[in-house]
Amino acid sequence: MYQFNYHKPTSVEEAQALFKAVEDGMFLAGGQTLIPTLKQRLAAPTDVIDLSGIAELSGIEVRDDRVSVGAFTRHADVADSAEIRRVLPVLSALAGQIGDGQVRNRGTLGGSVANSDPAADYPAAVVALGATVYTASRSISADDYFKDLFETALEPGEILSRIEFQCPTRAAYRKFPNPASRYATVGVLVADFSGDIRVGVTGAGPCAFRATALEEVLREQLSVEAVETVEVPDAGFNSDLHASAEYRAHLVKVMTKRAVADLLKA
Amino acid sequence: MQISLTVNGHDHTLDVPENTLLVDVIREHLKLTGTHVGCDTSQCGACTVHLDGRGVKSCTVLAAQVDGSNVTTIEGIGSTENLHPMQQAFRDCHALQCGFCTPGMIMSAIDLVENVGVQTNQEVREGLEGNICRCTGYHNIVQAVLQVARAGTDQTQEN
Amino acid sequence: MSEAVVQTGIGASVKRKEDLRFITGTGRYTDDFNVAGQKYAVFLRSPYARARIEDIDVSEAANVRGVCTVLTGQQMAEDGLGDIPCGWLVKQKDGSDMVSAPHPPLAATLVNYVGEPYGLVIADTLAAARQGAEAVLTDFAELDAVVDPAEATGSEQIHEGVSDNLAFDWELGERAATEAALASAAHVTRIDLVNNRLIPNAMEPRAALGSYDPGSGEHTLYTTSQNPHLARLVLSAFVQVAPEHKLRIIAPDVGGGFGSKIFIYAEETAVIWAARRTGMTIKWTADRSEAFLADAHGRDHVTHAELGMNEAGEFVALKVSTTANLGAYLSTFGSSVPTYLYGTLLAGQYRTPNIYVEVQGVYTNTAPVDAYRGAGRPEATYVVERVVEQAARELGRDPAELRRFNMITPDQFPYDTPVALTYDTGDYQVSLDRALAMIDYDGFPARREAAAAAGKRRGLGLSCYIEACGLAPSQLAIQLGAGVGLYESGEIRVNPTGNVTVFTGSHSHGQGHETTFAQIVSDRLGIPFDDVEVVHGDTGRVEFGLGTYGSRSLAVGGSALMGAADKLIAKGTKIAAHMLEADPAAVDFTDGSFVVRDSNQALTFGEVAFAAYVPTNYPTELEPGFSEKAFYDPENFTYPAGTHIAEIEIDEATGVIELVDFVAVDDFGHIINPMIVAGQVHGGLAQGVGQALLEHGIYDEYGQLITGSYMDYCMPRADDLPDFRVDTTVTPCTHNPLGVKGCGEAGAIGSPAAIMNAVADALGEAVAMPATSEKIWRVLQNRRTA
Repeated sequence: MYQFNYHKPTSVEEAQALFKAVEDGMFLAGGQTLIPTLKQRLAAPTDVIDLSGIAELSGIEVRDDRVSVGAFTRHADVADSAEIRRVLPVLSALAGQIGDGQVRNRGTLGGSVANSDPAADYPAAVVALGATVYTASRSISADDYFKDLFETALEPGEILSRIEFQCPTRAAYRKFPNPASRYATVGVLVADFSGDIRVGVTGAGPCAFRATALEEVLREQLSVEAVETVEVPDAGFNSDLHASAEYRAHLVKVMTKRAVADLLKA
Repeated sequence: MQISLTVNGHDHTLDVPENTLLVDVIREHLKLTGTHVGCDTSQCGACTVHLDGRGVKSCTVLAAQVDGSNVTTIEGIGSTENLHPMQQAFRDCHALQCGFCTPGMIMSAIDLVENVGVQTNQEVREGLEGNICRCTGYHNIVQAVLQVARAGTDQTQEN
Repeated sequence: MSEAVVQTGIGASVKRKEDLRFITGTGRYTDDFNVAGQKYAVFLRSPYARARIEDIDVSEAANVRGVCTVLTGQQMAEDGLGDIPCGWLVKQKDGSDMVSAPHPPLAATLVNYVGEPYGLVIADTLAAARQGAEAVLTDFAELDAVVDPAEATGSEQIHEGVSDNLAFDWELGERAATEAALASAAHVTRIDLVNNRLIPNAMEPRAALGSYDPGSGEHTLYTTSQNPHLARLVLSAFVQVAPEHKLRIIAPDVGGGFGSKIFIYAEETAVIWAARRTGMTIKWTADRSEAFLADAHGRDHVTHAELGMNEAGEFVALKVSTTANLGAYLSTFGSSVPTYLYGTLLAGQYRTPNIYVEVQGVYTNTAPVDAYRGAGRPEATYVVERVVEQAARELGRDPAELRRFNMITPDQFPYDTPVALTYDTGDYQVSLDRALAMIDYDGFPARREAAAAAGKRRGLGLSCYIEACGLAPSQLAIQLGAGVGLYESGEIRVNPTGNVTVFTGSHSHGQGHETTFAQIVSDRLGIPFDDVEVVHGDTGRVEFGLGTYGSRSLAVGGSALMGAADKLIAKGTKIAAHMLEADPAAVDFTDGSFVVRDSNQALTFGEVAFAAYVPTNYPTELEPGFSEKAFYDPENFTYPAGTHIAEIEIDEATGVIELVDFVAVDDFGHIINPMIVAGQVHGGLAQGVGQALLEHGIYDEYGQLITGSYMDYCMPRADDLPDFRVDTTVTPCTHNPLGVKGCGEAGAIGSPAAIMNAVADALGEAVAMPATSEKIWRVLQNRRTA
């Protein structure tokens, strides 16, 4: 790890001011991606700004048909939250599949969504659950948030403060893990908002996206068989030694079918 | 920078570079060498310790982040004369061979039983996802964790 | 016999002595040792698979705060250090010696694999050493790399003087007779196999802590070794780092080896050399990324095999052609693994009368390949058991029945194979029957049907393996090219108070020698288990040893201790006879006491021990003291064998394989500690499952390792594996005093073929290891679209 200065601000304003003041700052949330990156000397920030001291980034709030989760909420807390389990169980189930137990005890929602790793789980929930991403100054709708590989609508220095998820009537998440890293080779979250179906896909492309073709047929007929009729093209999909683009495209269909089956059982 | 933390019940104040990892504080500064480092990509779990009661990979935590926290390492849960039930179970079940992954495995196993509440073979296997062992094939590790998990349940039922 | 001994003696599942320190975090591994003022080393490693070093500019590195010095391969060469030798000279088909390319510990002019070390930076802190290593500016002229072993002979020459990149072209068995038998066979089954490259991944990365005392001239090296004496021998005799009597190597607690810590490596060598050169105590601990690049890898064969059968289905001939990837240099045992540890095992458990094998060992620009758990024998088993299974399918015979039909029967031992071994004993049908019963072989069709109803393809596969363990009869080994004998030493030092310290040349890095060896000694001497302390892994304390690999510790090291115990009893008998004024011939040693036959006169072991150190009126021919040592050189290999059966299910939709059941029935001869033996089997099986389903060391076309971390190299985790069901049968080894055979490698040897046969059974065709979900899906998908 290269040397850096460490800061622990107590407010978003302070954190943002620090970011502006320093030469090359990076925000540190749970650190489960950033710290390995620093260890591998793949990043060399002059300053690391730890967000853990900012109280306003924490907290889970349920309002009507929405759940707001603070950016600094750890995966384990989302997985274990009785409130989220009650109104948005799919989010708890998804959080319980991120990384491994130790990673879930440290990693945070905001860290994951701000980083936008193509194989992260949360982004599937953000797009499928019609989430709104909030920063100190604005809100960004899920459909506008993910831009490309590790690229989001966040501006440099902008801090993700919370994410508000809409609670569907029913939903299910299916993940096909990379056998080595356990990241999502493909993850599909299917959500039914009283007949309006949203399908969020992670792992397959450079960033999470909505599978609109699948959504359309599922709106017509919410069934496993309906999925079968859809062609999922692999253009632009990721390809690595664990899964080719073609296989990923196939897995998107299989995981969608399984999520639909789970959802219908629920 | 200066950090203060409690490790195995003892308070420490240390002056460390900002880029120091928690595992380096434990191994290099406090000379608690029971916590091991088996990889550099946060996968193997040999460095697992309890941070405020929950299992974390101490190679993926900055010392700066844990200023003011409570850390428990393998040295803090029991001794040769007074083994923690999980340590005892690992010995009873021959759940270790070379011993290198063992401290991290035991720390994770305790977190699994105490905080996650694993009960079945499959739950234990999934719960140990963050710890790699190359010697045992996990068979006896699973037995050991189940032994402790079920003893806890039995007690509850008896009470 | 006292009760304590009964509970802790041979055959008892005694809880391990070593566990107490490991479960409390008080084990001491190499990286746990620290010396005040120690410096830290970081190695300079080649980023290219093949390149010429044009220039190394260390000026910037030298200015990094905390950097003490930068040393390079050039300086090591100037200091006159020798090359790292290959320990086994293989003779080629034409009788000539194999071609061993020079292997300097630190590359001076040419680098031949990604990660090859060519220098090291020594600094006050690890961080400074890292910073310094990054500041070294090395000018490389990149050269074309040879990566694919199958293409190696026709590619650019890697080493000067090694034409066709061929280290050796080796054969064993009768070619003409085998080919004739194949030509006249009623049926010939042909198979092409790849034995995938594996990366050992002991959980403790390699490490070294070297220091030099100019006053005494002593060099001390703490390191992660499976065989510290062999390391000392090679470092002094060949590499000439230091004279043997001035070099102490300590392998303290070692976190797993699986073969990868047998070898003489560049880094450990460079650390002790640098310690003397600089006068500094130097520590190096590999990070996992370095381990991936620079630990010796395993397996990596490409094979074609043909099995001929007569009308009745009797095997008449087996012909095998293999290309073995040796990597960039011949590692310590790199030449023996794909030859004498491979070709000799191709008879398997069968009576095949004609066998011929030829192996081309080729250099490539990849990490050296050497012994990894099983070492040659998993590769041999994979060939035999895959081709036999395929033959059964082609002939429409039941795979278990065809195997049984061809097995060597108990009345045929000792059995001379056509590939140079003499199996001493075994009863293969018994293991087969037990395994078939455990898996409920007859119930399989119903299980297959039930799985199909749930969208799963279920398959069952067998593997009836044999291995040659207890390495090795020295005379035979040396005759076949080994550079050293492969005996073992054992010493039992009885302290005046009657407890004993046992010194063994074997090394425990997970195997539990401190327990099993104590069981043997306690049992044999009739003393309490807790009175036996086992010392290993220190050339300063143990006289000599060849270390632990090849499932040899108990069969060879344990037998040496039996020899030492026998000598002690003989000595004790003389002392007791003197004290009791009896004829030594009339003194028996039973249950821990020296007893004058047909009398009530007796002395306990402890009384004799005390008397040995407080001699009273000893006759001149009776020496005081009570300590004996023995060397044991086996007269043959041992031959553990057994049957492994796997049941797998394939998810039709994704191609994911689940290992749903695994049964292993092994014959290890007599067993000292059943608990430890089962543990060894479990661990070996996990590594075999890893090879079959998960693990693959892959280089890209430029020689970059693309599976260089746990993010991409798929290590078996707890949820990848089922509970294993293991059992044992016993035919005692006929030629060692314990009747033991060795159990460390069986799991890794037998299981890959069983799993892959099960996959082929489920799928209706074979795929290459590892059987990843995408490979399986492609097979199914091609069928669906065909």
